[in-house]
Amino acid sequence: MKIKEFTKGLFRENPTFVIMLGLCPTLAVSNQVVNAIGMSAAVLFVLLGSNIIISLLKNFIPDKVRIPSYIIVIASFVTIVDLVMQAFIPPLSESLGVFVPLIVVNCIILGRAEGFANRHPVSSSILDALGMGLGFAMGLTLIALFREILGAGMITLFPLPFDFIDEKGQIFIPALRDAPAGVFIAPAGALLVIGLLKAFFNQIELKQEWIREKIRRLGKKKPFSPKEKKGAEA
Amino acid sequence: MTYIGIIITFVFITNFIFTRFLGLCPFIGVSKKVDSAVGMGFAVIFVSSIAALVTWVIFNLILVPLNITYLQTITFILVIAALVQLVEMMIQKISPELYRALGIYLPLITTNCAVLGIALIAVQEEYGVIESFVAGFSAGAGFLMAILLMSALRERLDREDIPKAFRGAPIAFISAGLMALGFMAFDMTLLKNLIG
Repeated sequence: MKIKEFTKGLFRENPTFVIMLGLCPTLAVSNQVVNAIGMSAAVLFVLLGSNIIISLLKNFIPDKVRIPSYIIVIASFVTIVDLVMQAFIPPLSESLGVFVPLIVVNCIILGRAEGFANRHPVSSSILDALGMGLGFAMGLTLIALFREILGAGMITLFPLPFDFIDEKGQIFIPALRDAPAGVFIAPAGALLVIGLLKAFFNQIELKQEWIREKIRRLGKKKPFSPKEKKGAEA
Repeated sequence: MTYIGIIITFVFITNFIFTRFLGLCPFIGVSKKVDSAVGMGFAVIFVSSIAALVTWVIFNLILVPLNITYLQTITFILVIAALVQLVEMMIQKISPELYRALGIYLPLITTNCAVLGIALIAVQEEYGVIESFVAGFSAGAGFLMAILLMSALRERLDREDIPKAFRGAPIAFISAGLMALGFMAFDMTLLKNLIG
C-alpha cells in the first residue's frame, strides 16, 4: 500500500511527462547531463525537506496563511541549497545560475506541499517526495541526454575513474561529435525534444488503451453465446 | 540608449519564454484562448514591472545596508506573493469577467518564474532603479508577445487534424520550439548593429 506513494511519482504521475509541472528548470538546465543531475539533486533535497517539515507542521499552520507559510519553508531550503552549492560546487552553481533560487517557484514542490504533505503522515510524505523527486530527475536526465547527445555529440558527467570518461568527465560519441545538430543545444531544441517525448509517451498510452480495449472486448465475447457461434459458422 | 537596449534585449534577444524558459507553466496553460492569454500577459507585465521596482528598493535599501543579502530569495518571493494578491483583488474589482477567465492562473503568477526571475536577474546584473523597472516591464512585454503569438496559433491548431498523440501539450511545445528557432535570429550582434 505504502510503496505506491513512492512509485506513482516515477511513472503514473511523473512530474515532467504526465502532470507537466516544473517545466522551466526542466527546459533551461537540460543542455548538459551534469546540470540536469545537479538540478535534480537540488530539487530532491528541497522537496524532501519541505515535505517533511510541512507534514510535521500540518496541524499548526492556520489554513488561511498556509500558502505563504509553505513558501517560506520552501524558500529556506532553497537558500540552504543555494549557499551550499556556491560554497562546495562553484562551477555547477555558476552554470545553473538563476535557476537555483528559482527552485522556490518550481510548481512541483508547492504542488506536493499543497496536494500531499499537508494531509498525510510524515512517512508517506517522505516516500512521496522521494518518488516525485526521482521521477523529476528521470524526466530531466532523459531530456538532457537527448539534447546533449544530439546537439553536442557528448555526455558531460562528473570526472569518474573509468576509461571511457576523460578528465573533464566528458564522454564523446564518435560520429555525432564531428557533426552535431546544434539546434538541440539551443533553447529551441529543448521545446522540440520535450514535445516529441511527450507525444511518444502519449502514443504508448494510447497503444496500451487500445490493447486493453481489445482484451476487454475479447473477454466479453469469450463466454460464448450460441447466437455468435452460429454467425461465425455461417 | 541603455533603456532601449534593455527593452530590445528582454523582449527579443533573451525573450523569457523562448530563450530563458521562465514562465512556461502559464505559457502552456493559459494559451488556449486569445482573450485569456492577453489578460494573463497584462497581469504579468503589471506584476513584473512593479516587482522589479519593489525588489530593487528592498534589496538596495534594506538587504544591502543590513548585510543580509543571503535572504534575497525569501524576501523576494514574499513581496511578490503580496503583490500578486493585490493585483488579484484589483482585477476582481475592475473586471470580474477577466477574473473568471484567468481562473486559477492568477494566484499562480506567484509561482510564475518570470516574476521572481526578473527580480533576481535585475539584482545579478546590478541594474539601477529605473533600469530594473524597464527590465521588468519589457520582460513582461516579451511574455505578452510570446503568449499572444502562441494563443493565436493554438486557436488555429484546434481546428486542424492533428495525430492523436500530438494533441494538446506536445503540439504546443513543438510550435513553441519552431517559434524559438525564429527568435534565434535576434542576437547580440543585431543589437550592436541597431544601436551601436
